[in-house]
Amino acid sequence: MPLHVWLPLAHPAAPSHVSGLMSGVMTKVAVYAFIRIVFDLLNAPSWWASMTVLALAAATALLGVLYALMQHDLKRLLAYHTVENIGIIFIGLGLALGFRAAGMNAAAALALTAALFHVFNHSLFKSLLFFGSGAVLTATGERDMEKLGGLIHKMPLASFAFLVGCVAISALPPLNGFVSEWLTFQAILLSPALPQWGLKILIPGVGAVLALSAALAAACFVKAFGVTFLGRARSDAVAKAGEADRYSLVAMLALAALCLLAGILPGFVVDALTPVSQALVDGRMPAQAHIGWLAIVPISESRSSYDGLLIFLFIAAAALLAASAIHRLASRRLRRGPAWDCGFPVPSPVTQYSATSFAQPIRRVFGTVFFAARERVLMPPPGDPRAATLTVTLRDPIWDAIYSPIARFALAAADRLNVLQFLTIRRYLSVVFVLLILLLLVLALWL
Amino acid sequence: MTALALQLVQMLVVLAFAPALIGLVRKVKARLLRRQGPSVVQPYRDLARLLRKDVVLAENASWLFRVAPYMIFAATWVAAALIPTFAIGLLFSWSGDMIAIIALLGSARFFLALAGMDVGTSFGGIGSSREMMIASLAEPAMLMIVFSLALIAGSTSLSTMTAYMASPEVGLRVSLGLALIALVIVALAENARIPVDNPATQLELTMVHEAMVLEYSGRHLALIELAAALKLLLYISLIGCLFLPIGLAGAEAGAAALGLGLAAYVVKLAIGGALLGLFEVSIAKMRVFRVPQFLGAALMLGLLATLLRFVSASF
Repeated sequence: MPLHVWLPLAHPAAPSHVSGLMSGVMTKVAVYAFIRIVFDLLNAPSWWASMTVLALAAATALLGVLYALMQHDLKRLLAYHTVENIGIIFIGLGLALGFRAAGMNAAAALALTAALFHVFNHSLFKSLLFFGSGAVLTATGERDMEKLGGLIHKMPLASFAFLVGCVAISALPPLNGFVSEWLTFQAILLSPALPQWGLKILIPGVGAVLALSAALAAACFVKAFGVTFLGRARSDAVAKAGEADRYSLVAMLALAALCLLAGILPGFVVDALTPVSQALVDGRMPAQAHIGWLAIVPISESRSSYDGLLIFLFIAAAALLAASAIHRLASRRLRRGPAWDCGFPVPSPVTQYSATSFAQPIRRVFGTVFFAARERVLMPPPGDPRAATLTVTLRDPIWDAIYSPIARFALAAADRLNVLQFLTIRRYLSVVFVLLILLLLVLALWL
Repeated sequence: MTALALQLVQMLVVLAFAPALIGLVRKVKARLLRRQGPSVVQPYRDLARLLRKDVVLAENASWLFRVAPYMIFAATWVAAALIPTFAIGLLFSWSGDMIAIIALLGSARFFLALAGMDVGTSFGGIGSSREMMIASLAEPAMLMIVFSLALIAGSTSLSTMTAYMASPEVGLRVSLGLALIALVIVALAENARIPVDNPATQLELTMVHEAMVLEYSGRHLALIELAAALKLLLYISLIGCLFLPIGLAGAEAGAAALGLGLAAYVVKLAIGGALLGLFEVSIAKMRVFRVPQFLGAALMLGLLATLLRFVSASF
């Protein structure tokens, strides 16, 4: 977590397809390196390492999603979500470490598979969402959600693909994000068998944090989709927008289809990950391919099972049944009328809920603790023609506590050393000479 | 074949009883306030009336606004059909465990909140924003309850859990008590009941659920109302099957046991509805920003129940 600060700054600066690549692949390099070092090279992890990883990962997940909720720049929001998802992945890895240290190889395999499944899922839906934000950026030239809105009318296909990505990342069935979080929860439920008290007390808390960040992610993506694509246009940039070009659409719809496929056929993904868990933690989940109806079973059938395919078919069947019944029995007529305005028609689109106002309740619940959020309302007295303003200030506690002191120190040091830049050539040479002597002395004393 | 038939019966039973449950709660509330109150079958008449009416769609409503009611209804119906009502071990009961049921309700809520934002009025926005705030606290609390129950029963599959709760070995546990209190709090919040939200409110500022569906009319509104009724039924059935697992028929029960299970289920629903009505008339609605504390209590109770299980499992 404390190393997250570069990501939200880098993502908006990069072109959108590169952001997708960065989020989908680059951040996973860290996961790969972690797995190679901890599981391969160090081989015998200890349980306190697992505790450290779990605590950091839980903090990362929760803070990542809370930061994301506070953003109104679409790409910054997505970047903070990458932070959250890395947290979720590391929760799985931390659990795998703990189980491995206790010699529970089957449970470790479950946790590791959950983490790797989430890596796979995240690379699918996050690329999809970044492509979507790229399409929005190309169509309107805006990343700021407060200036967007109503794009679903202008770009129906792109908004559909973006919606699929939103549902997937919010861990909602029947799409893929839910499956990997479900597997992580199943791994958490195995943890009372661990021998260490520290882990026993920490892991339920981690489970609660994971549940909280999943729920907050749903809130965040209702905000992201609702403010960007739904409602009425908030600026002229939207009026000129059109559908994304054919190639971007194909890419996004293909990723959306993959999200659905991985969600309804998770057994194949789990089986594909088996060699990895076999190699790394010397354990495996039960083979999934032969289970009836393509369900997945983490440990045993009596304990828990989930069938994405059936759930998807049930939902589809129920929706179609309802639709056909209603179209046969009910009135099919439809009229268009103005929306309900309480008798005070104000045509301005600023009367809509904006990204900042959508997040206000959550900012009020969590923000004061985590970001020292302050809201200042400037209300001019009656008769004063100035507009009322609302300023919201947020601070990143980690930036304040770690990075700004370092930055301040570096700047101050640079200021002091600035004099060195204006020496004569004679003094430069003497500085070089003194340094050389010093380095030789260090070398001589060292050896 | 009978297994399939039973599963279909279950799906129809939840659908058929849901409006009656709403009617019962309204009737109980009205009688407690010494009013006559509408008849228990009034919600059925309301639904039939809504189905006959035209849909009046806001001018800038998109395709999402028209698709959302069907999605909300389908997800809620599937979730309700996975709960053991009168029998356990139904044909497809294994296809989703309790976590999946909660997540299905989450999907329904996701679409409802999006639909609230579609037209671009401030009402829809205020409703969606508050609903997601409430959900972001209620959902983890619910998962903590699931964790504590799953650790007691050794399974997250609802049929196994219910079978365990019905068996004599479950005993009296502190965790169960805590989980029950937390579950009641979550159920009140999730179903937009007093003290969190008021289903009968006419005052815009206090609306959460009603604000989101303000723009809906006709058949769309009928579906959303039916989904809300199903959700209430789902939570009462859940509390019933986990904490009062009396009379549930087994997986291969005969007709008599099934009939008994159905009768017991109707009685449980009636008790649940009556208690809800009684609770609602005896408490005032709280301010929106008191809700996080209320739900935070549920989250902490659930966490406490889980921790107790984690700790006591080792003795």
